[in-house]
Amino acid sequence: MCGLCGVFGGERHWTERAASPAIFGGPDGDGPEGRRMTPARERQERVRLVNRVLDPLGLVLVEWAASSYVLRTKTGRSEVVSDLGGLWPAAERLLGRPCDPLDPGLLARIART
Amino acid sequence: MRAADWSALIPVNVVTGFLGSGKTTLLSRLLASPRLASTAVLVNEFGEVGLDHYLLESVSESMVLLDNGCVCCAVRDDLRSALLELHGRRERSEAPRYDRVVIESSGLADPAPVVHTLTADPVLRHHYRPGAVVTVVDALHGFGHLDRYPESVKQVALADRLVLTKTDLAGPEECAILKGRLEAMNPAAPVRLAAGPAGAGGGSESTADAVALLVEDVHRADSRQAEAERWLGPGAVAAPHHHTGDVSSFCIETDEPIDWTVFGIWFGMLLHRHGENILRVKGIVDVPDLDGPVLLNAVQHTVHPPTHLPAWPRTWGREDGRAPARGTRIVFIVRGLDRERIERSLAAFRDSLAGASAPPPPPRGDRISTESSRNHLAR
Repeated sequence: MCGLCGVFGGERHWTERAASPAIFGGPDGDGPEGRRMTPARERQERVRLVNRVLDPLGLVLVEWAASSYVLRTKTGRSEVVSDLGGLWPAAERLLGRPCDPLDPGLLARIART
Repeated sequence: MRAADWSALIPVNVVTGFLGSGKTTLLSRLLASPRLASTAVLVNEFGEVGLDHYLLESVSESMVLLDNGCVCCAVRDDLRSALLELHGRRERSEAPRYDRVVIESSGLADPAPVVHTLTADPVLRHHYRPGAVVTVVDALHGFGHLDRYPESVKQVALADRLVLTKTDLAGPEECAILKGRLEAMNPAAPVRLAAGPAGAGGGSESTADAVALLVEDVHRADSRQAEAERWLGPGAVAAPHHHTGDVSSFCIETDEPIDWTVFGIWFGMLLHRHGENILRVKGIVDVPDLDGPVLLNAVQHTVHPPTHLPAWPRTWGREDGRAPARGTRIVFIVRGLDRERIERSLAAFRDSLAGASAPPPPPRGDRISTESSRNHLAR
């Protein structure tokens, strides 16, 4: 557990697992051969891409201490999330409405960002 | 824990099926195989057919619902306690060193919380992993169960293997029609006909069944490729959209590779919002710069650790009919969700976020060559 924030350190989320050494590398990955990105770069890339989806919803995600993420609304409300598994429940709590990837309106807005 | 470590964990099979479908009889026969000699069995209730096994435990069926109220994300507290107790006894040498656990669930049980419990519990997941879910369907009453009971439909939808029992009591035509219905409902799970009265048999036949039903699964390196090819057989790929009530199965196919991070964002968001109605997902994802696909395997909200296949599986409907081919092929079994909406959503995420992808890192000597992979496939 992190002594600062009380967040339990848990299993890596499936999106962060080493499905292939060519996708993720790093000390917890499958070794240096074929490494495409360091874990740090992979996290930065994940944040950048997630923000393309969050922007039309009025949310922004930032990386925090290389171990978690902070999700913020434009009015400054925020939640700490440990991985993508915690992202969407937090987003819906902050927005007070569902975040539906099948919503054609949301898909159109993502395409315009 | 790394995905590869799953192969070192103790597999936990679930044998499920409607009341009176012949689960215990099938299990008795399978347990006669030497391949299952070191298997611990957990049953929800001691039924009329007695199981004679050296390590047989009973568990009640209590569930702890999590805050989101989703039944598939419920933790089977009874099961957690039973498995931890069993493991403790094994480690203290108070119980035989079993290398597999088989849970015979009660007739109305939902297999999804069992899978969720095994993967979500912070202690259990370091000792156990989910094995194949085997669903037993009674050839005499299967139609009625599927028509009347949503529990039965879900048990079939979530299965990795389907066994049709009592085939000697039903006519061959009825068996063939029911088999076709099961294949349409769950095109990624092979259907096995149990031979003889209620699956009687033994010896080498038991061993063959035990291996095919319980031992082989996608988490074993030696059966992973064959399992992926079973998922992508003629019943799944290039097949029409099947409906059974509000449950339907279909295969999403696209030849355009998708960035793994983009796919993870999309699939995670999809499962969060619609996971209760996405009963089962199995397939391969074509990720750029890889020689083989990433295997995807999910049971409602629970996603198994993705693994990487070194080579493309033979996929039905491509080129000469059974050729290895690149491409994303994902079989969905859903309740009340529309195939076109899911396809449009995946394409929109892929196309919208593809332009936002970071520039590739400079070439390195150890990078995997996509070109060589494509040339290999062309030969």
